[in-house]
Parts: sequence; structure tokens; C-alpha cells
Amino acid sequence: MSTRRASATGSIRRRLVVQLLVVAALLSGLLYLSVRTVAATAVDTTQDGILGAATVFIAEELRGGEQGVSIEIPYAAFSMLGAVGQDRVFYRILVGADTVTGYGDLPLPDWVVTGLEPRFYTVPYQGAELRVGAVARSVLVDGAQVSVTVLLAQTRTAQQTISRQMANRAALLGLGFFVVAAILSMFTARSVLRPLSSLAQALGRRGPQDLRPVDRAVPSELIPLIGALNGLISRLRAALDRTETFITEAAHHVRTPLATVRAQAEIALRQAGDDDTRTSLRNLIRAVDNSARSAGQLLDHATVVYRSDQRADAPLDIAAVLADMVEGYRPTATLRDIDLHLALPDQPVQLAVDRLLFESAVRNLIDNAVKYSSPDAAVDVSLTVAAARAHLVVADRGRGIGQGAASTLTRRFTRGSNVSDVVGSGLGLTIVRDVARASGGQFDISPREGGGTCASLSFPL
Amino acid sequence: MRFTILSALAALWLSAPAAAFEIEEETIFGDGPVLISVLSTTDTGVFAPLIAAYQAQNPDVSVRYVVANSQEVYRAIHDEAAAFDLVISSAMDLQMKLANDGFGRAHDSDAVAALPRWARWRDQLFAVTQEPVVMVASRAGFDGLGLPQTRAELVQVLRDHPERFAGRVGTYDPVRSGAGYLFATQDARQSDTSWRLAEVMGRLDPQLYTASSDMITAIQNGELALAYNVVGPYAQARLAGDPDAVVILPEDFTHVLLRTALIPTSGEAPDLGRQFLDFLLSEAGQQLLSEAAGLPRISAADLADGPALRPIRLDPGLLVFVDPIMRRRFLDEWTAAVVQP
Repeated sequence: MSTRRASATGSIRRRLVVQLLVVAALLSGLLYLSVRTVAATAVDTTQDGILGAATVFIAEELRGGEQGVSIEIPYAAFSMLGAVGQDRVFYRILVGADTVTGYGDLPLPDWVVTGLEPRFYTVPYQGAELRVGAVARSVLVDGAQVSVTVLLAQTRTAQQTISRQMANRAALLGLGFFVVAAILSMFTARSVLRPLSSLAQALGRRGPQDLRPVDRAVPSELIPLIGALNGLISRLRAALDRTETFITEAAHHVRTPLATVRAQAEIALRQAGDDDTRTSLRNLIRAVDNSARSAGQLLDHATVVYRSDQRADAPLDIAAVLADMVEGYRPTATLRDIDLHLALPDQPVQLAVDRLLFESAVRNLIDNAVKYSSPDAAVDVSLTVAAARAHLVVADRGRGIGQGAASTLTRRFTRGSNVSDVVGSGLGLTIVRDVARASGGQFDISPREGGGTCASLSFPL
Repeated sequence: MRFTILSALAALWLSAPAAAFEIEEETIFGDGPVLISVLSTTDTGVFAPLIAAYQAQNPDVSVRYVVANSQEVYRAIHDEAAAFDLVISSAMDLQMKLANDGFGRAHDSDAVAALPRWARWRDQLFAVTQEPVVMVASRAGFDGLGLPQTRAELVQVLRDHPERFAGRVGTYDPVRSGAGYLFATQDARQSDTSWRLAEVMGRLDPQLYTASSDMITAIQNGELALAYNVVGPYAQARLAGDPDAVVILPEDFTHVLLRTALIPTSGEAPDLGRQFLDFLLSEAGQQLLSEAAGLPRISAADLADGPALRPIRLDPGLLVFVDPIMRRRFLDEWTAAVVQP
């Protein structure tokens, strides 16, 4: 009986990994953006700091006097702007509203420039974005206060370059984070699913008759599953118990009345005087035999089917079992003048099979051979070991398997075309075949050379 | 060649009679169909070997080489948008101003990428030579006195012997010479000693020049005992066999002038300008500049050999003394110090 594979609706691990990856990707993106923003802000602030310092530096060198405002631009004020990168520099110095030096078209801010605390703004100028630092201070010219405004401006190429580098590094950082997170998420998925797969393995390792409840320490999330599983197991065990009981009960309930009917018929036969009655009673006995046999076979078959699922494979010396069974059949065979030959290997043949199943198969084979052999014939039972297989052959000189193909004989309730005169249910070979399948063995039936049938059953050792 | 020059001058006369900036010399090399115009402060004779080598590689290019002084070069590009494809000038401050104010085209090539960081500004201004600014002394003039190795020693020796050096020291006139202005402003920025030196020189009735070559001549014919702030390579070339003249690299600091090239936006064949610039920066071009033109090639290793060598930094600081107010102010102070009544 083959196990039906459960159909999969996706994989928990894949779903877990995908979701973790999505989270990692989001976090990586967030990391990238925040590093970029922070870096850009830091660069901006630094550049503004330098620009502001240079602007104030120029403003502080402004002097009032009787002649007017004296302007001295410190060399370092401009030079320091070149410290970070190579940006273009523009400036404009106004006394009151008049530009006294520098770039007269450098745009003024929207607001009024006051105080030595530099303020900054960004304007387009000569095809470039300019960052302008602005300060103002008043100086005394000829006794009157005059306001002087200093604008110092710088393109932001260096800053953009640095920001770009930072962005690249941030991107690398984000990517690295993502890769690490991806690897970790694989491990996480595996470790999260480990209890589940170890539970599956533990259940898979169980023997066929192991219907104990699952009693493992599992994560709390699996406890409902275990509970459901144990419920299923207990229901299954109850059902199996019922089946076993039913089979036993049925065997009892069918066989016992039949035996009683047969015994009564035999008594009646012995006491009957006239021939007609005796013939009737013999027919009755024959019919009862037939029924008893059929019922036996049916129950046998049911048992075999039941045990195929619930078989208890244990190491078994099949040579010894075979010898016992052949001895058990010898009286029946002798009654019909049939010679039962048994050939066994010297050593015991150890095989892991279900004893009941094995016995059932062997019983059917020998029973068939004896049943279909004519008196004075011989039935050869042999057990050999070859090519890592145990071969059990039962050969008779009976009427053979007739017309039908060998394979059809193993169908349920199918009998050979030439056996209508012999009691039989058509289940014997089916049982043998089922046993062979359940035990991983192979069953073949073929005409024997020189007349008769050769049934062979082989099992891997 | 003569015919070419004459005809070219004639053509210029006819086509652009209103050319306002003052040209010192104009030469057209070759007669190829493609024309590149180069505006330079460097004498034609110095650059001729490079032009010849360039034309050997590019036979279909004829080169129009125009020489003007650095302020005229600046004016030609800044005020007149003259159509030149490459501008080479020793006035770093003016070149910096041109680049900063957006008169230069961007250029990126393997040749400029190989330049050290101090030898370029953005992708617009590129140094092609590095020339130490030196003092030239006459042994005879300093007879019996030690040759000064630093500005402080020079101040000392001039102060101690005014009678000997009166009228016999020379330097650039920053009012008339762009290079002189650059050297003087860099001196002033670098140390206070330079102001003391200016004052000491001022008391000695100094001779003022507009070209290094004139100062070297004056040393050679004995008019001067000391020339201060002379472009080194010129002096070394001219005085190589002279037993009397000594080229001194001041040990406190020696400015290194970077002759810079810029591809102006006003040029008509900027790609030729780029090509010529790349040639100047190529191994062959740099070697020719060093050996045939006598202008030292760009070399970080050479700078490392002289601890006092300081290349004038290509940074926005150069813009300070281009500012008209700052220029007037500086020249006033300098004149007050040097030109004493």
C-alpha cells in the first residue's frame, strides 16, 4: 500500500525567508537613506562652517576711517575655501547699498543681512548652484555708522562629490547589511523550522505498529498540532482495535456454526440408512466444507490485508517455520497418498518478515499444491538462498494452471478454468501475492516442466 | 617663415583692426588647413620646438602663436573674448580668475588626470611647467661678503652695506609686470621678512624691471649685484657658463611658479586646444619643455628634492590680489615701501 503524498501549498521556509528578506531590504533601504541624509547634512554643515568662518574673517578685517571703509581680504579667507575641494569662489562687498568690490551681480538674499553670525542661502549664478554666506557689520566712517555687507559664495562641487562618495558607501553598507541579513534569515528559517522537521523525522522513524501518542518536548506553537496528532492516533488505534476484534469475532462466528453443522451432518450420515439420504448428506458436508474454507480464506485475506498495514516484521528463521508447516501438512498429504518432499539449506535462513503473513502465504501454496495433485504424486517444497534472496518453491505434478494467464490467477476470486471439481475460493494466490508485496518479495506461478505447477516466492534477505 | 608672419600680420590688420589687447609677437607655423590659436606669455623662440614637435604629430594643423604680456592675455580673454583655443600664462592669479569666473572649458584626459593635485585646479586650469623663483647674485658684487641664502640674510647684508648696493639691486616692478605682482604678493603673504626686504631695498634706490631677462642682462654686464625674484630656468639657462653670476634658491622658501594653461570658452577649436594641451603634458611634450624650452617639467619628485620649494597654490586665495581694491592697496603699500623719495 503506497503512502499518498500530501500536496504542498507553498513552503513555510520559503515564505519565512521571503518575508525576512523583504524586511531586510526595507531596513537596508532605510539604512541607505538615513546614512545618506546624515552624511549629506554633515557635509553641508561642515562646508557652511568653513564658508561662514571665511565670511566672518573678511568682515572682521573691515576698518572704518576718515577716508571711508578700508577693505582687506585676508588671503587665508579665500585659501581656506579651497581646503575641502576645488570650488569656484565669488564674493561681493557692499557699503550701504553700493557694491565696492567683488561680483556686483551676485544675488543678495531675500532677507536683510544683519550681524556677524553668518547666514546662508543658495542661489543659481553663472550656471551653477552657489552657497552664499552673508554677514554684516557696521563700521564708523567719519563719525557715522555705515553698514557693510559681506557675501562670500562657493559652488558645491566638492560637497556633491563627497556626498556622492558617501552615498556610494551608504549603498555598499546597505547592500552588505542586506546580504548579512539574507544569510541570517536562511539560518533563522532553518532553526525555526528545525523542531518541525525533527518531529516529522521522529514520526517517520516510528515502526508501523507504533501507535503510541507523541510525547516530545516541542515549542509551544506545535502543541496544538501534537494534540491533534495524538487525537488522530488514538482514534486510529481504536479503529484498528475494532477491526482486529471484528476479524477475530467474524472468524469465530462463521467457523463455529459451520463446524457444528458439519459435525451434525456427519453424525446424520453415519446413522442414515438409505443411499439417497447419504448422498444428500455427503453433498451437504461438501458444501459446508466449501463454505468453511471460503470463510477461512476470506478471513485469511482480510488478516493479510490488515497485517500488511500493521505488520510486525521480526527476524525469523523461515527454514524452521517452513519445516514445521510441512510437517503439519504431512498427515493430510499422506491421507491422499501424496508424497511431500522438503529440501532446506543447511543453515537457518533469517528473514525480517511478519510471521503470520509468511505462514499464511506458505499455507496457501502447500494447500494448493496438495489439493490439485492427484494421489500418488509428489509435491516438492524447497528453500534456497541465491543472489541475496531466499527462494521458496512449491512444485507439484497436478493439473497445472490451465488456460488463463498466470497473472489472472492472483486476482481476487479468480480460479483456474480447470478446477471446478475442487473446493476453492479463488483467494489463495491473491493472499500469497499480497504477502509477497507487503514483505517486499516477489511471487511467480508458472507451469512446471513435465506437467504440474511451479509456484515460487522470493524475498530479499 | 618671414612671409608667413608678414602676411599673417597683414591679415590680422585687415580682419581685426580693432584688436584692443596689445600683441607683442604673432607667428603662424605651418600651412595646414586646420588652425589652432594659442595665446601665451612665453616667448615664441622658447615654444618653437614644441610647436614643431606638435606639428610633426599633426601635420595638417597650423599653429598661430600669439605672445602678449600676462595682463594683456587676461584682458584678451576676460574683456574681449578673443578667439584663442589655448591660453598659457605665467600669471597664475589671472589664470585662476579666468577659470573661477567661468572663462575656461572643462577638459578631462589621461594626461591631465596624471597631474599632481597641486598642479591643476578643477578640470580647467592645468600647470605645464614648474619654475622656481630665485635670486641671482654677482660674485663680484658680493666680494668679501657671504652670499645670502635666505631673505633674512639678504636683508642683513643689504642693511649693513648700503653704500655698496645703492642702485645695484633689481627686482620686478609689480605695477607693470603681472609675474612681478604675483611674486610680490606671494612674498607678502608668505612672510613679514619680505616687507622688511622691500623697505631695505627701497632705501637702496632699486632698479625695477618688467622681465627676468633684463635683470639677468643687468647682472651679466655688472649693473646689478643682486636681482631678486627672477624666474629660475631663464637665469640658469642664461648664466650656465657665467663664472660671476650665482643663482640662489632662497632657503627660507622658494616660490615655484606654475605656468598654467586654460582652454577658453571663446575659442573656436577647443578640441585642438585640448589636443595641444595634452601634447604639452605628454611625456614627449614635457621632455621637450624641460630640455628644448628650458622650462622644468611638472614633477612632484623634483619638488620633494628641495624642501624649500613651494609651488604657488592653485586655490581661490590667488583671487584676493586680483581684486581691484586689494591690488590698489597692495601696490600703494609696496610703492610706499620700495619707491622712496
